[in-house]
Amino acid sequence: MNFLSIFDVIGPNMIGPSSSHTAGACAISLLAKKMFRDDIQKVTFTLYGSFSKTYKGHGTDKALLGGILGFGTDDERIRDAFELAKEHGLDYTFIIDEKTVMNHPNTADIFMEDGHGKELFIRGESIGGGKMKIVRINNIDVDFTGEYSTLIVQQIDKPGVIAHITKCFAKHEVNIAFLRLFREDKGAKAFTIVESDETIPEHILDEIHENEHIRELMLIQV
Amino acid sequence: MNFYTGQALLEVCEKETIFISEAMKRREMELGSISEEEIMTKLARAWEIMQNAATNPIKEPRKSIGGLLGGEAKKMNAFRKAGNNLCGPMLSRALAYAMAVLEVNATMGLIVAAPTAGSSGILPGVLLSYKEVMGVLDDVIYKGLLNASAIGYLLMRNASVSGAEAGCQAEVGSASAMAASAVVEMNGGTPRMCLAAASMALSNLLGLACDPIAGLVESPCQTRNSIGAANALTAAEMVLAGITIPVPFDEMADAMYRIGKNLPFELRETALGGCAGTPTGCSLGCNLCG
Repeated sequence: MNFLSIFDVIGPNMIGPSSSHTAGACAISLLAKKMFRDDIQKVTFTLYGSFSKTYKGHGTDKALLGGILGFGTDDERIRDAFELAKEHGLDYTFIIDEKTVMNHPNTADIFMEDGHGKELFIRGESIGGGKMKIVRINNIDVDFTGEYSTLIVQQIDKPGVIAHITKCFAKHEVNIAFLRLFREDKGAKAFTIVESDETIPEHILDEIHENEHIRELMLIQV
Repeated sequence: MNFYTGQALLEVCEKETIFISEAMKRREMELGSISEEEIMTKLARAWEIMQNAATNPIKEPRKSIGGLLGGEAKKMNAFRKAGNNLCGPMLSRALAYAMAVLEVNATMGLIVAAPTAGSSGILPGVLLSYKEVMGVLDDVIYKGLLNASAIGYLLMRNASVSGAEAGCQAEVGSASAMAASAVVEMNGGTPRMCLAAASMALSNLLGLACDPIAGLVESPCQTRNSIGAANALTAAEMVLAGITIPVPFDEMADAMYRIGKNLPFELRETALGGCAGTPTGCSLGCNLCG
């Protein structure tokens, strides 16, 4: 069992009304925004399960949009997310899917576009108490929480790629807490997700990129 | 240092001659890689948010997004100020402040989940009322928050604080147990008395269903928070007066959890039963009628 802190009990500090339907939703889209990194011009959210049925009364839509605007789960601007998105010129759409049954009742898809051809699809689950996890990137199933400093490596599933990544971490003496590989098929696209207790230095990325099979890197610092 | 049960917490406190608040702080520093200063900074921030949430709706009431509440705390406060209140200053304030926090929560304002959003009014309601009526400094309140977090941690670890898992007794019941224990320590009671107050507060709300109308954290959640606050003060006063409860905290936590597991699905946050399932509840939106 994970360590339960004082602030897991007296906390989180959050915008109401629901840790799972409001705070968790905001946390998913804030992480999605960090993964996209570039300026988001257009975002499409799809709400499933309990999210699709109760999103209005729980402000799930505002919380999701707030995350894309960079608001944390305790940011009071979430309440005005629709107005603020319009001011920022952010084009947003909500699709309410009450029919599709997901693994988790509180699931949202987030499709982000920069208006110049860059796109990213993220699926997140709000798993209770404001906690969440990302379960899909584009068409590949993954599983991570963003609670650690996380490097997401998009690669081709070829021998030696993981060894190259871990070598780069070792060289810079960055300790790896968790490392997992997710792939669509043998030899096809894959993601390596590396989580660390400490900050992952930005200059590691250039070295990791030197491997020919590595396509893209996304770094999320805690 | 760690403790996994109320009994173990009691042994730590009695061996070291410390209060529950100190035991929880030492545990956090040893296992949570955090300094005392950082703990106090975070507690001060939580307390600031709690106080704002407990008082802002009295000045500026707002209608909730679901439309089922708004303005209750202001009414309660005005009633007390007009000299009409029946419950006495401590309880009357606690009721109003607990309701205020739920109003902030239901209007997408900033709250501290304690231990959950749906039960976030009880601890600030009780602590702010205690602070004002007893005239204590925030340092005393921080001890109350630390004490409450120890009780909440044990309930999260050994039972549940989730309405979906174990009903409202796990949310409002747990928050009420936390607040009861906090008040006992702030008022000079022993760790043993704190755990007795927590056990008593839990026992008083055993079996309470989670039945939010239209699935919203509004009604009956808001008035249940007031009851949770009243129950906390009641249990604290009984224990401080020397009244004991035969069933220890750990066994009561277990009883609460087992009842929760036996609660029908309809009474665990599904908006199918209880208040939500009444004809009026359904007319306001339920998961039966859509």
